[in-house]
Amino acid sequence: METNAKPKTETQPVRELLLANQAIARGAWEAGVTFAAGYPGTPSTEIIETLAKRYPETNPRWSTNEKVAFEEGMGAAIGGLRVLVTMKHVGLNVAADAFMVFPYSGTNGGFVFISADDPGMHSSQNEQDNRYYGRMGKVPILEPSDAQECRDFVIAAFDLSEQFSTPVMLRTTTRLAHHKGLVDVGPRREVSQREFVADAKRFSVPIYRKLHRPKVEERLEALRAYAETCSFNRVEHSDNAVGVITSGISYQYVKEVLPDAGVLRLGMTYPLPPEMLRDFCGRYQTVYVVEEGESFIEEYMLSLGINNIQGKALFGVIGEYSPGRLRQALNLGAAVPQPFTEDIMLLPRPPMFCVGCGHRTVFSALRQLKVTVAGDIGCYTMGALPPFEAEHTTFCMGASIGTAVGLERAGHDKVVAIIGDSTFIHAGIPPLIDAVYNGSKLTLVILDNSTTGMTGDQPHAATGYNALGQETHKLNLVAMCKATGVENITVVDTWQRKEVARALRKAVKYNGPSVVIAQGPCMQLPEMKRRGIPPYTVIEELCTQCDACFKVWCPAIKRTAANFPLIAGDECTSCTVCAQVCPTEAIVLAETAVVA
Amino acid sequence: MSKVYNLMFAGVGGQGSLLIAELTSIAAAHAGYDVKQTEVHGVSQRGGSVETHVRFGDKVYSPIVTPGEADAVIALEKLEALRFAHYLNPTAGVILVNTYEIVPGSVVNADKMYPYETIEYLRGKGLHVLTLPASQIARDLGDGRMANVVMIGALSTRIPIPDSSWQKALHLRLPARYLEGNLKAFAAGKQAVEAEIVSN
Repeated sequence: METNAKPKTETQPVRELLLANQAIARGAWEAGVTFAAGYPGTPSTEIIETLAKRYPETNPRWSTNEKVAFEEGMGAAIGGLRVLVTMKHVGLNVAADAFMVFPYSGTNGGFVFISADDPGMHSSQNEQDNRYYGRMGKVPILEPSDAQECRDFVIAAFDLSEQFSTPVMLRTTTRLAHHKGLVDVGPRREVSQREFVADAKRFSVPIYRKLHRPKVEERLEALRAYAETCSFNRVEHSDNAVGVITSGISYQYVKEVLPDAGVLRLGMTYPLPPEMLRDFCGRYQTVYVVEEGESFIEEYMLSLGINNIQGKALFGVIGEYSPGRLRQALNLGAAVPQPFTEDIMLLPRPPMFCVGCGHRTVFSALRQLKVTVAGDIGCYTMGALPPFEAEHTTFCMGASIGTAVGLERAGHDKVVAIIGDSTFIHAGIPPLIDAVYNGSKLTLVILDNSTTGMTGDQPHAATGYNALGQETHKLNLVAMCKATGVENITVVDTWQRKEVARALRKAVKYNGPSVVIAQGPCMQLPEMKRRGIPPYTVIEELCTQCDACFKVWCPAIKRTAANFPLIAGDECTSCTVCAQVCPTEAIVLAETAVVA
Repeated sequence: MSKVYNLMFAGVGGQGSLLIAELTSIAAAHAGYDVKQTEVHGVSQRGGSVETHVRFGDKVYSPIVTPGEADAVIALEKLEALRFAHYLNPTAGVILVNTYEIVPGSVVNADKMYPYETIEYLRGKGLHVLTLPASQIARDLGDGRMANVVMIGALSTRIPIPDSSWQKALHLRLPARYLEGNLKAFAAGKQAVEAEIVSN
């Protein structure tokens, strides 16, 4: 390796190294946003988090779900504010009802929303190319290619939104949203609030909607003309016979793999510019269309009758792209090396419940009960995996309850639905009302860890704090369940394993709908990490090597060479569960373990 | 086109591989390079494998390092060294391994299947492997968690980023109360390579 290359001088100014999601937040702040809303979802979460941490004057909030966030945003925008709304790809499914009608009235203040797609399904249940939503809703779609453009495009998106009175979608994908790059930043623009004029024809009465229908088409045509000359789309011509049309992060891979090709980088992928596409393709013998997700651009080009293009047949629709993948598809260079597995065990290291996680006792008990369990979206999807294997379905936010009701109808005599506190508030309340209303006898387990865990611990309505960390009304989950008509409600400390098992057993036996709320804060919460954590230890003299503690499946419990359990002192969170299962009381607080 | 440096940081959730990747990116930016970094978030933060890619040079396009092209793989744990060793440029790259083992807690009987012989195996494949007991060095300095910073101390001897930029990155990114210990950890990692107490 080259180690004696000359270091650069240090006189150049240091730009900000920002995660693309942070750059989006920065752009929103610079654009003068005064209202922002979202629901946590990978890979979009850091946007609202950054606004809350660094730019509180954008008034960021975590809403109960994406539909609520979108509707609050609509209200704020027609009220004249500049608004940013954020969600992951499936969040737009939740918000779709609002999203599909908003373009009819159009917006007043600039309205930009982020759709963070997850090709490769790093943290999702499906792949979904939300550019089809943009087309269906007939709104412009922007796709930045790096962190700098995330900031730049967000700012420009607000001008575009106000110029055409339209909501604007900014689509990111995982590799874009979760990469860091150097970003030149600027000051905040103070944008004065636009006047709201009450106009029933525009904002309310359905019969007038027909009047707006042609306007949506007129706007789309105007946007199509705009796309031909707008600065979001950029041509980099070359003398090469090969041209590439690309968007988003894929542009970077194209520049690595085909540095000499001509490139049309589409920063605006809806509506697409027909003349620009025709002209570009006319200059090259072969044109590759490189886009992560579905064949969105390619399909449109084929519809224009352009036929010297190669896209999805070569590069595929499934998963993330990468320079290596493009190289392989184009047969350029040597084969990309694969992991070493020959003559050695490349052990997998799947994610698992954290040390001390309160979900463990619940899944242990459910496994014992041998009931059918309909799961939901959160860390607890890991309850479906070994060693617990006590969750049998996972679909989408809030689906546990409806699925359980259906499974019950299909002949499973007692079904358990399991859902986290944040997910319950997001989409679990209407199905619980329905379950009671339609005579279900399901048992609902709410894993109440006082946070939105899987996305990195964001507050929600039942935590009593908002996105800015300010105290607010704390939703009472027991009262909420009671109001739906459930009479049998038990609240247990999730780290008391016998109580948890007893409560679940009784709830499952109960002849009617029942709810068990297993309470215990997420171990990743700062207040849980900050609390005094006296670790537990094993007294080997008392240990009979029965292995009961290993069956807690806590990663802090290791095995010594002599086959004794060993609790890693710096990992133990003092949850006490292993001590509860030890039949000989060999597991004790380290500070009380006096060596005889 | 001038050289772009490709680095792959590998570790287990909680070991701080993400932090040292970020420190490296900040140091590279301070030294005047263009830089990009990417990592996988989501459930991987729950004790799973964590991989972070860092690329720096005059102009960087892709944030992703392609297998076979890394100038250095920095592994905070042995099994993770094996998992990401194929990213290494097999002729010109070096893989820096903290000789520390974390048996996956989520795999039944993992302790019986763990690839303890990883280092010999990778050397057998002709890779340039440098090992150092970073966790032990960090513990001797008072806090085993600083093993990650020991590793970038070692890395600093292999890439053209000046010491002053590394110092700046540590100052910018770390809380004041951890700074002194980590400066020592960085120096210790660097010294371990220079004094050739690492195993080649």
